Amino acid sequence: MIEKDALKSLDEKKKNWEKKAEKLRQVKSRPRFITVSGEEVKELYTPEDLKNFDYNEKLGLPGEFPYTRGIHHTMYRSRLWTMRQFSGMGTPRQTNERYHYLLNHGQTGLSVAFDLPTLMGFDSDHVRSLGEVGKCGVAVDTLADMEIIFDGINLGEVSTSMTINAPASILLAMYLAVAEKQGIPFAKLRGTLQNDILKEYIAQKEWIFPPRPSIRLITDMMSFCTDHVPQWNTISISGYHIREAGSTAAQELAFTLADGFAYIEAAIADGQDVDKFATRLSFFFNAHQDFFEEIAKYRAARRIYARRMRDKYKAKDERNWLLRFHTQTAGCSLTAQQPENNIVRTALEALSAVLGGTQSLHTNSMDETMALPSDKAALIALRTQHVIACETGVVNTIDPLAGSYFVESMTDKMEADAEKYLDEIDRRGGVLKCIDEGYFQREIARAAYRYQQEIERGERIIVGINDYLVEDEVITIPILKIDETVEREQVASLRKIKSGRDNDKVKRTLDDLAMAAKGNGNTLKAMLDCVRVYATEGEIVDTLRPIFGEYIEPPII
Amino acid sequence: MTVLEKFLSGDQAALARIITFIEDRQEKYREVLARLYPQSGRAVKIGFTGPPGAGKSSLVNSIARLLLARGHRIGIIAVDPTSPFTGGALLGDRIRMVDMPTDGSVYIRSMATRGSSGGLAAATGNVATALDAFGFDFILIETVGVGQVELDIVDTCDTVIVVLVPESGDAIQALKAGLMEIADIFAINKADRPGSENIVAELNMVLELKRNKIEWDLPVIATEAINNKNIDRLLEKIDAHLGYIKTSGLFEKHRREQIKNKLFGVMQFHFNNLIRQEIGRITDLDKVISDIYEGKSDPFTVGESLLKKISGIQPLH
Amino acid sequence: MSEKIRVLLAKPGLDGHDRGIKVIAAAFRDAGFEVIYTGLRQTPENIVNAAIQEDVDAVGVSILSGAHMTLFPAILNLLKEKKADQIILFGGGIIPDEDVAALEKSGVDKLFTPGATTEETVKYLREAVAKRKRDEKII
Ligand SMILES: Nc1nc2c(ncn2[C@@H]2O[C@H](COP(=O)(O)OP(=O)(O)OP(=O)(O)O)[C@@H](O)[C@H]2O)c(=O)[nH]1
Ligand SMILES: [Mg+2]
Repeated sequence: MIEKDALKSLDEKKKNWEKKAEKLRQVKSRPRFITVSGEEVKELYTPEDLKNFDYNEKLGLPGEFPYTRGIHHTMYRSRLWTMRQFSGMGTPRQTNERYHYLLNHGQTGLSVAFDLPTLMGFDSDHVRSLGEVGKCGVAVDTLADMEIIFDGINLGEVSTSMTINAPASILLAMYLAVAEKQGIPFAKLRGTLQNDILKEYIAQKEWIFPPRPSIRLITDMMSFCTDHVPQWNTISISGYHIREAGSTAAQELAFTLADGFAYIEAAIADGQDVDKFATRLSFFFNAHQDFFEEIAKYRAARRIYARRMRDKYKAKDERNWLLRFHTQTAGCSLTAQQPENNIVRTALEALSAVLGGTQSLHTNSMDETMALPSDKAALIALRTQHVIACETGVVNTIDPLAGSYFVESMTDKMEADAEKYLDEIDRRGGVLKCIDEGYFQREIARAAYRYQQEIERGERIIVGINDYLVEDEVITIPILKIDETVEREQVASLRKIKSGRDNDKVKRTLDDLAMAAKGNGNTLKAMLDCVRVYATEGEIVDTLRPIFGEYIEPPII
Repeated sequence: MTVLEKFLSGDQAALARIITFIEDRQEKYREVLARLYPQSGRAVKIGFTGPPGAGKSSLVNSIARLLLARGHRIGIIAVDPTSPFTGGALLGDRIRMVDMPTDGSVYIRSMATRGSSGGLAAATGNVATALDAFGFDFILIETVGVGQVELDIVDTCDTVIVVLVPESGDAIQALKAGLMEIADIFAINKADRPGSENIVAELNMVLELKRNKIEWDLPVIATEAINNKNIDRLLEKIDAHLGYIKTSGLFEKHRREQIKNKLFGVMQFHFNNLIRQEIGRITDLDKVISDIYEGKSDPFTVGESLLKKISGIQPLH
Repeated sequence: MSEKIRVLLAKPGLDGHDRGIKVIAAAFRDAGFEVIYTGLRQTPENIVNAAIQEDVDAVGVSILSGAHMTLFPAILNLLKEKKADQIILFGGGIIPDEDVAALEKSGVDKLFTPGATTEETVKYLREAVAKRKRDEKII
């Protein structure tokens, strides 16, 4: 990257500089200079750090292998990232209203958040659902709820992302059934399911079945979508939750990629052609507070993925080499104290995601540590993206930080650290084995504990938490409270559906599903029949539970 | 009402308090034990040992459910290690035993080793006595999973189940480490995993030699705790083993042995205290130590003469 | 022998965000406590039953899903019903100030909200356990 003579003269200059710096180093503005992940950062990066840097091998051009600089030739000059704010709340009707509001205010994709009972496969009238219905998202029990959520929204024209994992097939089946009713062919549907069960065992803990049958549900869905819903992104392989659970950036990167490769291997083992399904896999990363570390993470992710897809999994179609990803700013970086500061945090995090080349972005609302976002907070969060896109100039040129001694060094280090983890996972017998043994869970819990200790020792300052406090702070931002009547309303509407449907048909389709699950039938296809006759999510899960078993986590701290 | 009286009337919360009392060795805990001991002796004690994560807790859970279905009352003790650095402990075995009936038919207690190294806590035996006296029919005891021989379990239980897994591949290793000597039954858990037939066959081969020498046939059962597979067969073997030791007289022999060990243990405990106390009383202890340090004397001679002074006991030679 | 502090940590409700409770569990262990971790999604019945069987000094509960106004009262009532209200109930989570006030008034000993340190929590529990008196005669 730099000529020999220049390096030599730099070396001499550096000796001089070192003498002066030596004295000044006695004074330190911070006790340690570490990233959010606890990695030491050098005082200075120079061409010496990139001595053997081969531009073509490491970076190449945007839209070309190894995609370090971005997956599109023209990046944001042609098309901005998709601004996709995750939302969903209360009853299906309230959610539908919020979607119409967001679409009218310039949002370009829908994103559905479900409540915890839905995420865990319990109907709203289940005892375990008590107090949780409609709290962290919208409650969906049957197709009827899904029909209301998308009422007046043409499914052929929007792209919809659904944050759902363990029961993802059921919710996809419902979405497909709504499309049928609207007369939209499956082939026209665009959207993404999170459907990443591996990271549930690793981090988010919203599971139902044990890992192996869960993977079966996913491979069934992948093959169904390849045949019938070709534009649907089947899995959004998520590091977001791994990071929220307390991992470092390198762990987030490595564990997420490992999960992705595990799905790919499972589908290949199922007899599917990597070139047919891999285009519909995408990733979902966290944008945390350490600006450069995050940018390095996204760049390294693309490079590692491209190499493996081409060389290890032998994908021939170039489109299958590129790692597309969604980003959400880090919920765990927000503070309940002085919540307005969260707007600034989110803006910086969002900027790192854009500079890292994200395909879509969710920016958190400032009140997220306290409740679901209020309208005002949600709008500020969306406007943050508009400001970055229109006012800062960062979209003018592609991958503007490329060539920075620091950023390229960080990118290389991130790649090397992630590769080390990937090797370790292989050595331990693969992702499922590591889950069984609690390897990921333990690594993450340790990192989280270390991070907390750094804060408590004052090695890490969090504004408003361990420094720059405001005494007797009164929080003045409005907080959205979910009305406790939501639960009652939802339970009542579920009862009504149940009493109005054809229970014989429900039983028959559920029996067919059980048959498919026990044998080799496609479970998604069978679920589609169940939801069409208004079988509830809970009934479908209860049908599968005795066949697949239930997951219990290893106790790991 | 005293806690002990509540205990005797069948109050589980009082049982829990008494156990804490015994475990913490609070004042008069021996008096409590002395009151409970005569009421114990009826319960059958089954031990589960084996490497970490083999599925001990899961098996305890499944066996307990079968025993509950037979109408028995079950006490469970699950032991996890105390951190030698902080004295704290993380007790996680209960996670595998959720959704147990809350009607008093089952009682689960987590214990930390608190410095003991034989696989159980020093107080585990006494806690089992309390559970026994409380009226449980079966007491299931899970050791810490350190993967080496945990002899305490033999000294506490009637039947010992060694739990191994297919991948451990260290079946032979485990046998070398002496697990063969303590096992009455082997459970090869996680039989859903590849390699389980191999390890069962391998183990059976090695055990053949030993089987020829004893009357009990040392069964090896492939189980799947999470899928509830073969748990009934494991329980059949437990029944069979209990039947065998009872008819062969081993049960009584073993229990008498345990009583002997307990007696020694109690005496040793008092004796250690006595010695500690007496040593504390030696006014010129520093001088005695200096003498030994400077080579003027030796610990053997001094030890013997001190012992005589304390209790009049003549040391054995 | 000294009396060890025994504490049961539980996560009722459906959310699986156990980062906080795990950090606390590690901190308690490092402070020398015996921590009984019962895992995710325990019902109030299971939590109270386990707390009684384990004879813990305190139960710590983490709730981030917004169901705190249902779950804390349920646990409190069960503790009272089973005459086990000498067991200290404390907790943490995303809980608005007014709910904190209401819950602490109704018998939850202490609630920690985001930003609380493990050190504070350890110190709190030591003091709370020391303060509590049991009037009981064992024998
Ligand atoms: N595949 C499979 N996994 C099992 C089986 N039995 C238990 N497990 C899993 O093995 C892991 C450990 O199970 P535990 O019962 O906690 O094992 P343990 O021996 O008590 O572990 P420690 O007390 O930590 O030493 C858990 O994740 C269980 O779900 C089984 O039959 N098959
Ligand atoms: Mg265990």
